[in-house]
Amino acid sequence: MIKGFKPALAAAAVSLALFSQGGFAAEEQFFPLIDYRVGPYGSNGQAFYGGFIDYLNYVNLKEKGVNGVMMTWEECETEYNNAKGVECYERLKGKAAKSAGPIHTMSTGISYALIDKSAQDKLPLAMMGYGRTDAVDGSVFPYAFPLVTTYQMQASAIVKFIKDKNGGNLAGKKIVYLYHDSAYGKEAIIAMEAEASLNKFQLVQIPVAHPGNEQGAQWLKIRQEKPDYVVFWGWGVMNQTALKAAQKVGYPRDKMIGSWWTGSEEDVVPAGDAAKGYMAATWNVAGKQVPVIADIEKVVYGAGKGNLQDTAKIGTVLYNRGVSAAVLSVEAIRKGQEKYGKGKALNGEQMRWALENLNITEARLKQVGATNLLPEIKTSCDNHEGSGKVKVQQWDGAKWVPVSDWIEGNKALIHPLFQASAKQYAKEKGITPRDCSKEK
Amino acid sequence: MLYREAGQFKTTYAADQQLFPIRQDRIGVLVLLAVAFFGVPLLASEYWFSAILIPFLIFALAALGLNILTGYAGQLSLGSAAFMAVGAYAAYNFQLRVEGIPLLVSFICAGLTAAGVGILFGLPSLRIKGFYLAVATLAAQFFIVWCLTKFPWLSNNSSSGVISTQKLIIFGHELNTPVEKYLLVLSIVVFMALAAKNMVRSTTGRAWMAVRDMDVAASVIGIRLMPTKLLAFAISSFYCGVAGALYAFCYLGSVEPDGFSLEMSFKILFMIIIGGVGSIMGSFLGAAFILLLPIFLDVALPFFAELFGLPFSSATVSHIQITVFGALIMFFLIVEPHGLARLWQIAKEKLRLWPFPH
Repeated sequence: MIKGFKPALAAAAVSLALFSQGGFAAEEQFFPLIDYRVGPYGSNGQAFYGGFIDYLNYVNLKEKGVNGVMMTWEECETEYNNAKGVECYERLKGKAAKSAGPIHTMSTGISYALIDKSAQDKLPLAMMGYGRTDAVDGSVFPYAFPLVTTYQMQASAIVKFIKDKNGGNLAGKKIVYLYHDSAYGKEAIIAMEAEASLNKFQLVQIPVAHPGNEQGAQWLKIRQEKPDYVVFWGWGVMNQTALKAAQKVGYPRDKMIGSWWTGSEEDVVPAGDAAKGYMAATWNVAGKQVPVIADIEKVVYGAGKGNLQDTAKIGTVLYNRGVSAAVLSVEAIRKGQEKYGKGKALNGEQMRWALENLNITEARLKQVGATNLLPEIKTSCDNHEGSGKVKVQQWDGAKWVPVSDWIEGNKALIHPLFQASAKQYAKEKGITPRDCSKEK
Repeated sequence: MLYREAGQFKTTYAADQQLFPIRQDRIGVLVLLAVAFFGVPLLASEYWFSAILIPFLIFALAALGLNILTGYAGQLSLGSAAFMAVGAYAAYNFQLRVEGIPLLVSFICAGLTAAGVGILFGLPSLRIKGFYLAVATLAAQFFIVWCLTKFPWLSNNSSSGVISTQKLIIFGHELNTPVEKYLLVLSIVVFMALAAKNMVRSTTGRAWMAVRDMDVAASVIGIRLMPTKLLAFAISSFYCGVAGALYAFCYLGSVEPDGFSLEMSFKILFMIIIGGVGSIMGSFLGAAFILLLPIFLDVALPFFAELFGLPFSSATVSHIQITVFGALIMFFLIVEPHGLARLWQIAKEKLRLWPFPH
C-alpha cells in the first residue's frame, strides 16, 4: 500500500502541474456579447451577431488568435429590451473584469442605459452607427465610441450625395425628411436643419408613428409637396411599407435615399418590385466579393464552426456589418497589444486606449481582406467617430450595388453640434472633460 | 405550533389597531426588514443589486400603485407605465430647472405631478366602468408617450428625446455604488408600502373597497363616489410616479419615452394578477415572479443544457424561457386564481393548525 502511494502522489503532482500550466498558457480576450436573436428585431440581430462571432472564430482558426490570445465570448439575449440589456451587462461585467473586448449592443436604448455604467466600470462601449452620437467628443465620453460614423454625419453625407448629383447646388430644392418618430428618427433632424440653412433647400419633416405599417397620410402629403428627394429614416416594418406606399402614389424610388438601418435585404426583399431603384446609405458593402467574407465562409463554415444556421445570410448587409464591427474590435486588440505587450489580453482600460488610437488604413484593410468593407478609420481623443464616411448603394431588384465612393459628411458643420451637446451633458452630469491635448 | 395567536390579548385600542396585530407577523416583518437593510448589503453582489434587487423593488412599488387602484378601488387601468414616465420626466425636470432642489423633494414633486395627471385621466372613471375604463386609460398610455416625444422642452431639447438623469445627491452625499442606490430605493419602498398598508385599512381604504364591491351600495351608505375614485387615481399615480422616478434615477440612469410602453403597463398588470389583486404583499410577490423567473430560467436553462449535453444556443434558451414562463402563468392562474398572496394566506391558515390539524 505504502509502496504504491508515492508514485501515485508524484503522478498527481505532475498532473496538477500540467493542469495549472495549461491554465496559464492560454491567454484569452473576452467579449461580453449583449446581443439579440429573438424579439421584434431578432432577424437583424442574427445576421449582425452571426457575422461578429464568425469573424472572431475566423481569427481563432486562421491565426490562432491575436498573437496567441484567443477570442472568447459569452452571449446574453436582450430581445432589444433596455431592462434586459442592463441585466445582461451586469451579468457579464464580472467576467469582463480581467479582459474585455468592446461591447456592441446594436441598440440605441441599451447603449444609452449603459453609457454611465460602462464609464464607471471602465468597460469600452462601441456604438457603431447608433447610440449617443455626441459621444464623438471623447473628452466627455472617454468610454463610449460611436465608431465609423453617426446619424448626423450620415445625414450630412446624404445631402452631399444629392448635392453632387445636382451639380453642387441645392438652392430652391425641396427635400422631405420622412422619419420614424422615435429617438432614432429624431437624431438626424438637427443635422438636416443645419444643412438646409447652409445649402438653402427647403426641408419638410414628416414623422411616422411606430411601427409605421400605415403611411397613407404621410405619402399623400409627400404627393402634395412634390419634393425633389425623400430622405428616409425608417425602422423595421416601416421600411417596406414606405417603399410600397411610394410605389402606390407613384413617387420615383430612385429619389428616395434611406439611412443605413433602412438599407438591408430584410428591408427591400419584402417590398418586392417596389424596392427597385431605391437607394440607401451604408458604411459597409454587401456581398461575398469582399475577400474576408468569402474566406470566412471557407474557413469557419468549412470547419463546421459557423454561427449561422441560415447560411443564406452570409454576405448580406447586416452580416457584413457584424463582420466589420468584429474587424474593428480585433484591430483595436492588435493596436492595444502593441502598447501593452504582445500575447497579453487587454482589460477594459487598455481596450479603451486602443479604441481611441485606432488607425486603420486602406492598406491595413486590404491586408485583412476587408477592402471596401468599411472606410479608413483614425480615432483620437476628440474624435471617437474616426471616419464619418458612408457609401450610397442602390437595390437593383436582386442585390445592393454601390453607386458612390466613400462620401464624408460636413465635419465642420456637424462636429460642433456634437461638442455643444456633449458640453451640455457634462454640465448636467457634473463631468469635468479631459484635456485632449494632454492625452497620449 | 409556531404560528398561533392564542394567548395574545389586546388590552388597549392602540394594540388592537396596530399594523400587524399578530406578534409572529411583527417579528417576521422586523426580521425581513433587518435582513433587507443589513444582511443583504453584506451578502449580495453588485449584479444582484443592479440587475435584480433594485428593479424588483421599483416594479413592486409600481405594482403596489396599480394594486391600490385596481385591487382596492376596483378601477382597471392600463396606464401604469405612462404614469411612471410622467414621474421619471417630472423628477428630471425638477432637478434640472429648480436650482438646488433636494433629490427627495423632486421625487415627491414627481409623484405629485403624476398624481395630477392621474386625476385627469381618472375623470372618465366617473362615467365608465370595467373594461371600458381600461380602454379609456389606454388613452393615457398613448397620449403621455406621444406628449413626451412631441415636446422637446420636456427632455431639455435632447435631440433624441432620451433623458439622462442627474447625479443622486442626498444631504450632500453622492450615491454612486449599487449598494447605496439599493438602500435608497429600499427605504422609499418600505416607507411607501407601510403607508399603503395603513391607508387601505383607514376610512379611505374602506371607502375604496366599498366602491370596488358595489358602487351603488357605497353611494347609498354615504360614500361620495367622485372624490373616492379620483383619490384612488391620484394616490395610485403618485406611487407609479415615484416608481418611475426611481426607475430613471436609480436603475437605468437614462430613459426614453418609448421605454414606457404598453408592454410595461401590461407587465405591471400581470404582476398584480399573479401576485394577488387587493393585497400589498401580492404586489411584491407578483413583481418577484414576473421579473425574477425569466432571469432564473435564463441562467438555469444553459446550466441544465450543459448537464445533459443539449446543444442550446442563446436564442433557443430565450424561446424556451418564454414558453416556460407562459406555461407557469397559466398554471398559477388555474391552480390559484387569487394569486400568490392567497397561497401565502392558505399557508398561514394551515400553520395555525399545524401540527395537529383536525
